Amino acid sequence: MLFSENFKIAIRALRANKMRSILTMLGIVIGVATVVALLSIGKGATASITSSIQSNGSNLLTVSPGKQQSGPPSMGQSKQASYLYYSDYQLLQRSLVDNVVAIVPSYQSSYLIKYGDQSFTVGVTGVTKDYQESHSYKVAEGRFVSDGDNKSESLVAVLGSQTAKDLFGGLTAIGKTISVKGVKFEVVGVLESKGSSGFGSSDDAIFIPLVTGYNKLFGSTATYNDKKIVNSIAVSVKTTEAMDTVSAQIKFLIRRSHKLASSDELDFNVLSQADLLSTLSSVTQTLTVFLGAIAGISLLVGGIGIMNIMLVSVTERTKEIGLRKAVGATKNQILTQFLIETLTLSLLGGIIGILFGVGLASLVTLTGMLTAVITYDSILLAFTFALAIGVFFGLYPAFRAANLHPMEALRYE
Amino acid sequence: MIEAENLTKVYEMGDSEVRALDGASFTIDKGEMVAIMGPSGSGKSTLMSIIGCLDAPSSGSYVLDGVSVENMNEAEFAEIRGKKIGFVFQQFNLLARTSALENVMLPLTYAGYSGKDRQNRAMKALDRVGLSKRTGHAPNELSGGQQQRVAIARALVNDPAILLADEPTGALDSKTGVEIMELFQNLYKEHGQTVIVVTHDSYVARHTNRIIKLSDGRIVSDEVNHNPIKAGTPRVEE
Repeated sequence: MLFSENFKIAIRALRANKMRSILTMLGIVIGVATVVALLSIGKGATASITSSIQSNGSNLLTVSPGKQQSGPPSMGQSKQASYLYYSDYQLLQRSLVDNVVAIVPSYQSSYLIKYGDQSFTVGVTGVTKDYQESHSYKVAEGRFVSDGDNKSESLVAVLGSQTAKDLFGGLTAIGKTISVKGVKFEVVGVLESKGSSGFGSSDDAIFIPLVTGYNKLFGSTATYNDKKIVNSIAVSVKTTEAMDTVSAQIKFLIRRSHKLASSDELDFNVLSQADLLSTLSSVTQTLTVFLGAIAGISLLVGGIGIMNIMLVSVTERTKEIGLRKAVGATKNQILTQFLIETLTLSLLGGIIGILFGVGLASLVTLTGMLTAVITYDSILLAFTFALAIGVFFGLYPAFRAANLHPMEALRYE
Repeated sequence: MIEAENLTKVYEMGDSEVRALDGASFTIDKGEMVAIMGPSGSGKSTLMSIIGCLDAPSSGSYVLDGVSVENMNEAEFAEIRGKKIGFVFQQFNLLARTSALENVMLPLTYAGYSGKDRQNRAMKALDRVGLSKRTGHAPNELSGGQQQRVAIARALVNDPAILLADEPTGALDSKTGVEIMELFQNLYKEHGQTVIVVTHDSYVARHTNRIIKLSDGRIVSDEVNHNPIKAGTPRVEE
């Protein structure tokens, strides 16, 4: 007997109980849809983190304060706060000459800003001229912070595209005076949008000259033991090959300036973009697997639903099975018939589920939170899983049907 | 056609065993019309399922159409059922929501006929039972008698060696029942079809040419019926 014959029988049986078939399929539809949607959203999150890190330039080393943590901090050991100082930047600026394009210190703090009736809190970053290039910002209007601004401690500010929009709407920002924590700054530039990265937009920002910040805005919070502190020092390296050398030089120089003994741990980190990327992507990957596993459980529940309904169906159709056997159907033919029925349910559910999942992922993209990445991998995975569940949960009811004794089946009431 | 020797069938019921069939021997020749009669519990249903290859005997030998069927596997059993035996049941057992034509085509599907062949043969079978104008109707659109005719067409469609009917008139009113018996008599007389009717009703049995009576799993009588009732003639009680 042909496959198409069995397929027709299956379709007819499923159509005979339309409502039941649809509800049964729904379990698989929801399972597959969540698998596809969650995997796509997970992939999208990974991609957006990756691209936001890469948009900062790939040959960037970031020096930040803090001990390199390996394992949880042990109890009782009071962790002394560690800082990076403006003097560390000056030391690097003096000592690192070869292989380095720019060294960029920055200090960031959040302040209430005001213009007209608009007021909100934004991260204000004190920077030098090279910050623009090392962090891949483009100026849309006006100019970026210059060396002259730092030298003369001028009260100028450059706005991120989102901040400019929030403060001024569509109007020109250049030349306007905004108040940051009561200090007046003149807007001299607006940046181009870097695009949403999903995790803290880099367009929500204000940049001011670092020296101006120390002397007129940040106050005592930006000093420790009367030394000016920085949040990070970005070192833009000429070539990728030179990154390791420069990283070692930085470690050597700052270790000496912080007066650390050779046995002491570093009280700062030197991270490349690649390090950051691998750390973050391992986190998002774990998250994606976790989400996928949860979706997988719902698929499993859907499979049990199919098995349940197929067992009911076999019982209901005992007489039909008896008759089919009486007119010449073999065990195998009955087995195939019922297996195809389950497969039709799970595959149809799988296809509809994929469509729903893709739709759901697209909907998330439309909200603008992040761009979901729909990959063939995740679709294939969900589809294969649905198929496997169809076979796995279909076999038992099909065996039950195939093993019915024809005479007893015919007499079943 | 059928050579049965010392057939027994034993069912295990917990600790005790039930001998549903206890050494039945008989032969039925090609072209005979036979009734197997007995009250319920006499073993006639068990005998029917063994004759119809729905079940294997516990012991004894059974040769059907020259083939010994005792040691067949499940698939061979299924093939014999499909090709050599045409079943007619008390409750018709038609597939619901399925046209008469498709119901009749069912055995051909399992016997491996192609689509075109199937349709032609099924149409011919429906014609033989006088339903050529009802081929597209589903069972719920047909009367009881018509449904039983569809079931008979389904039984005939593979040209079976034996037409095996289990209480074929049991679910019908007496008038329709007589019509069905008339159809069986025609098939027997005009086409030489071997017909076995299993029934508890002696009036139905007396339409056949030979009556085998069962009681407690044994054959208690096996007699030729010299004056079978011609279906359609007025009913005369004995």
